[in-house]
Amino acid sequence: MAGQRTAHNRARRRLSRVGLHLFLIVLAIIFLWPLVYAVYMSLRPYGEIVANPTGPFSLPATLNLDNYFAVWNAENIPGYFWNTAVITIPSVVLTLWIASMVAFGIAKYSWRLNLLVLMIFTAGNLLPPQVIIVPLYRLYLLIPVPAPLSDNGLMYDQFLGLILIHTTFQTGFCTFVLSNYMKTLSKELVEAAMIDGAGVFTIYWRVILPLCRPALAALGTLLFVWIYNDFFWALMLFKSGDKRPITAALNNLSGAFFTDPTQLAALSVIAAVPTIVLYLILQRNFVRGLTLGSTKG
Amino acid sequence: MSALEPQAATPAPARSAGAGVSTSAKRRRHYSLLNRRDKVLLALMVGLPLAIFLVLIWAMAIVSIVLSFTDWQGYGSLHFIGLQNYIYLFQSYPAFWPALSHNLIWLLVFVCFATPMGILLAVCLDRPLRGSFIYQSIFFTPVVLSLAVVGFIWELQYSPLAGNGFIDSVLASTGLMSPNSTPDWLGDPSINIWAVLVAASWRHIGYIMVLYLAGLKSVDPSLREAAAIDGANERQAFFHVVFPVMAPINVVIVVVTVIESLRAFDIAYIINHGKNGLELLSTLITNNSISEASLIGFGSSIAVVLLVISLVPIVLYLSRVMRSEEQ
Repeated sequence: MAGQRTAHNRARRRLSRVGLHLFLIVLAIIFLWPLVYAVYMSLRPYGEIVANPTGPFSLPATLNLDNYFAVWNAENIPGYFWNTAVITIPSVVLTLWIASMVAFGIAKYSWRLNLLVLMIFTAGNLLPPQVIIVPLYRLYLLIPVPAPLSDNGLMYDQFLGLILIHTTFQTGFCTFVLSNYMKTLSKELVEAAMIDGAGVFTIYWRVILPLCRPALAALGTLLFVWIYNDFFWALMLFKSGDKRPITAALNNLSGAFFTDPTQLAALSVIAAVPTIVLYLILQRNFVRGLTLGSTKG
Repeated sequence: MSALEPQAATPAPARSAGAGVSTSAKRRRHYSLLNRRDKVLLALMVGLPLAIFLVLIWAMAIVSIVLSFTDWQGYGSLHFIGLQNYIYLFQSYPAFWPALSHNLIWLLVFVCFATPMGILLAVCLDRPLRGSFIYQSIFFTPVVLSLAVVGFIWELQYSPLAGNGFIDSVLASTGLMSPNSTPDWLGDPSINIWAVLVAASWRHIGYIMVLYLAGLKSVDPSLREAAAIDGANERQAFFHVVFPVMAPINVVIVVVTVIESLRAFDIAYIINHGKNGLELLSTLITNNSISEASLIGFGSSIAVVLLVISLVPIVLYLSRVMRSEEQ
């Protein structure tokens, strides 16, 4: 009787397991479909789709990379990627550096105001960027910036301006994450270094930063993807299309390829490849960066 | 909070005599080891970034509030007009209520569908399951894509038949619909917000899944074992044991969901600049004040509405951080 019941239970559990897999597989296919379809479209000659009465639903006669060559030759794609690099890399490095300093100041020394400081950063990071964009846009038109840093004498329409707002905005999030991380490090290390006569900067640079390396790696990966993917700031704070990073340039380019969805697909794939590759290589870092902020503190 | 106040109240002789100083001296040990140069350096390390942050983020939010009471159009002096922008916004501006309701629909779809779906996936993938990591990677992939790319990828699905959209081609070639009656998913203002929300949910589900999964992993496994020994089934264990301990993560999920629906901008902008059925508070702000017109004062009043709404989740979040900080 008892044996029968456990056998029955086991069968039921196996059935529910199969059901779960079925559910997850169906969902995984639905999730992958738009991506797979974009890649598939980018490989098909548009003429063939138009000629076929069932359109994109038809089976392909040829698949090739012609759409990629066409997009690459028609537009300055390497130029847009260069813009992305010029904006993203300094923003990530500066954000990690500044946020780690602020977090160090907040977490390792008990000030009366440190909770307030933390709240100013965290709450600011949660504001929708559209709340501040109008005054910020006007401010960028007012701030004079000397020649080597700006080619129009302003903060507007400059890489510098974009790096500044990315760094500021993301510092809010990273400070929060890093200060929580630093609180988990042992206080004795800092005290021992102080007794040995180490100054504040030495403690920050030699003791704390090396211990934060895992958190910095995780946040760095996350920041890179976020800033690479930014559309809003680049769209609002750049006038010149040729200065825009790849994601914001998509907005202009979509007009040029509007009549040919296969080239639009190729363009989307080109823009998506760097983050997907980075994600596949550094998946654990990426997920850790996201969850560091939510599970601690 | 402050170790300094009681000490300041102590008479000077008592302090020099060293009586009763032990507790405050203990708390202040950090300070005593810092020399002046260190203190200045520390103040700079925190103070400079703080000043920049206050100017570029919080001061701009306050300037938005001030400008919302003016009719400024980008030149000349400020001319205060009281509540006129708000009166026009609430009573006459045709795009305002649609935009607000679209933001609300966005939030409702996230709250009722995308977020629970992400939580469900996290719960499914948290248990030992063959291929769990592969499933996680697949569901998370849309999160690493730029929303602009997400917009394009879904345009390939949603384009009208003449534009060779996939869905309409399937509907027409399988005979489910006649070629003349296939819907224009992104162009028809009565359905395009829902089409966009499918794309937005596609990205939001994976995001919530990863956040929740991390929370589930941090739950003490002995809690679940105890529940199992007490005879609770998996569903009971989740709702009565795991979910309550996850309170901090649940707050994060709520905040992320609300903030993401208030920030919604990119997909709508990529598709039609946030018009014709895709109005959102965010696109109204930029369209009125930056991209198309220069109604700075009026656009700012929309920004203030968005600011006031977003303060709700922000205050909720801060009160939670405060509480955990006090413990």
